[in-house]
Amino acid sequence: MSAPAPSMFTPAAKAMAQKLGLKMGGANLEEFAATLQSLARADRNIVAVTSDSRGSGKLAPFGKALPQQIVEVGIAEQNLVGITAGLAACGKKAFGVSPSCFLTARSLEQIKNDLCYSNVPGVLVGISAGVSYGALGSTHHSLHDLAVLRAIHNLTILVPADNFETREAIRYAARAPRPVFVRFGKSAMFDLHAPETNFEVGRALTLREGRDAAFLATGETVVHALLAAAQLADEGIAARVLSLPSIKPFDTDAVLAAGGECRAVITVEEHSIHGGLGEACASTLLSAGLAPRFQIVGLPDEDTVTGAQAHIFGHYGFSMEGLSATARALLSR
Amino acid sequence: MTDLELALKATHLRRRMLRLIHDAGAGHTGGGLSCLDILNTLYHRVLRVSPATVDSPTRDRYVQSKGHSVEALYAVLADCGFFPDADLDTVCHYRSPYVGHPTRKIAGIEMNTGALGHGLPICLGMALAAKLDRASYRVFTLLGDGELAEGSNWEAAMAAAHHKLDNLVAILDHNTLQITGPTRDVMSNEPLDEKWRAFGWEVRSIDGHDYAQLTAALTTPPPAGKPLFILANTVKGKGVSFMENVGKWHHGVPSETELAQALAELAAAEKTLQEAAA
Repeated sequence: MSAPAPSMFTPAAKAMAQKLGLKMGGANLEEFAATLQSLARADRNIVAVTSDSRGSGKLAPFGKALPQQIVEVGIAEQNLVGITAGLAACGKKAFGVSPSCFLTARSLEQIKNDLCYSNVPGVLVGISAGVSYGALGSTHHSLHDLAVLRAIHNLTILVPADNFETREAIRYAARAPRPVFVRFGKSAMFDLHAPETNFEVGRALTLREGRDAAFLATGETVVHALLAAAQLADEGIAARVLSLPSIKPFDTDAVLAAGGECRAVITVEEHSIHGGLGEACASTLLSAGLAPRFQIVGLPDEDTVTGAQAHIFGHYGFSMEGLSATARALLSR
Repeated sequence: MTDLELALKATHLRRRMLRLIHDAGAGHTGGGLSCLDILNTLYHRVLRVSPATVDSPTRDRYVQSKGHSVEALYAVLADCGFFPDADLDTVCHYRSPYVGHPTRKIAGIEMNTGALGHGLPICLGMALAAKLDRASYRVFTLLGDGELAEGSNWEAAMAAAHHKLDNLVAILDHNTLQITGPTRDVMSNEPLDEKWRAFGWEVRSIDGHDYAQLTAALTTPPPAGKPLFILANTVKGKGVSFMENVGKWHHGVPSETELAQALAELAAAEKTLQEAAA
């Protein structure tokens, strides 16, 4: 028996989540699988493509319910992306599903040429992204995916924070006329949004207003930024929290507003500090002549520490406590 | 169109291709000449696609995996009326849609290729789409023999047989030369027929410049459930004496003098064919 995975939240963070009235949802991975199956039931044109990944993609029930709409390619990620592109070029709505670490590194040239450059509307789903695989180590981490994919023209890049954003991202991808990449993890996530929230690709979602500091976060780090903002509020610091599920297209207006109105900007991403959300924000701000106090919270350029996802989050300061400390230090500089 | 008519057309297509490479100042000459008879057969005898059906969901698909031989494809597509021949005067020119590798900007071209080892996996997806939709179209790709060193080809070779894609055809332009030299010296890949058979494909070895053999191999359906591999033995630089089997013509661009000599040889070949027929 393996040891139970440590919680992503300290007791203080859990208490804060309770105080904010946050309800724990499922894993974004599960939400993805349920959403795709529900869409595929209504649209026989939807096809899932897996590389021995239907188990890790939670798509075994999909495969049982809709065996004519799932294609297995074996452990062959380059083939997975080429096949996804070929299916999409012939009118199928193909979702290639594979761990983000393999999907976006081994198959990068297929993503670039077969999907993006050829402009066929295939969807790639990077599962267990970031450091979701924890102690399995750096072979299984995807800290590069946003950086490499941002540099490729003609790809919508979505990094949902919670079940709502995941559901909306997958629904969008199913009807998108261009290639889409979606990546998320497999830990259970707190629900962050009211059901009536309007999700729009290219727009940030404001979770909290404030003008002292701004947390610009993406994916499964957003909840930790929200908890940190709540903790800072108890100390009289008003921190804005934006969820940026859309890495491309990018909500430059929301970033510029944060940079112009707040004294400090902290970006947060489960990704390398190089080439991801943080550098996108830095480039946006500097290009507009804005230079607030600024810090990128991400995985530093080093051999990632061994540990479960929760350990790694804590080690590099993605936790409520780590992020509030970063904001305090930045504001007092 | 008879075999003779196809052969006569090929002398024109080869000349068109050489003129456009000369005018573009760039191109892949040797491999274009080696695959030209394959393309000529595909577009005039095999593929159910025309300028009128270029967007039809049930058209046959052709994806040129060895994208560097785009000049041969351009010459054939223009000849079939997919776009005006005069467009070819702009190949590789500043702001021209006619790039030095295939792109979907051009009518009749299905996918952007040029990086090697991509065509077969894409065609596998297309062939799967046809099966899922119970459509009868066939899917064809053209591979280079140097290209077979790319591992993605073998991922797809395995998967095509596993999925029983008897609507998928991979044609190998087996000219045995690549940019560095003979393929057997760069990365030996023989015996190719046995390898593809072992991967579960129906294999047909033919002379890739013989229209009767090309037509038979491409139009006779494979056994049910088997993808089809056509090992087309070809000559790199075919049709121009000083280019045949000479490595430097992989992407050599003919000078004015060399172009004139090549055009003259091909005109003479046309005349010989006409006289033999008469």
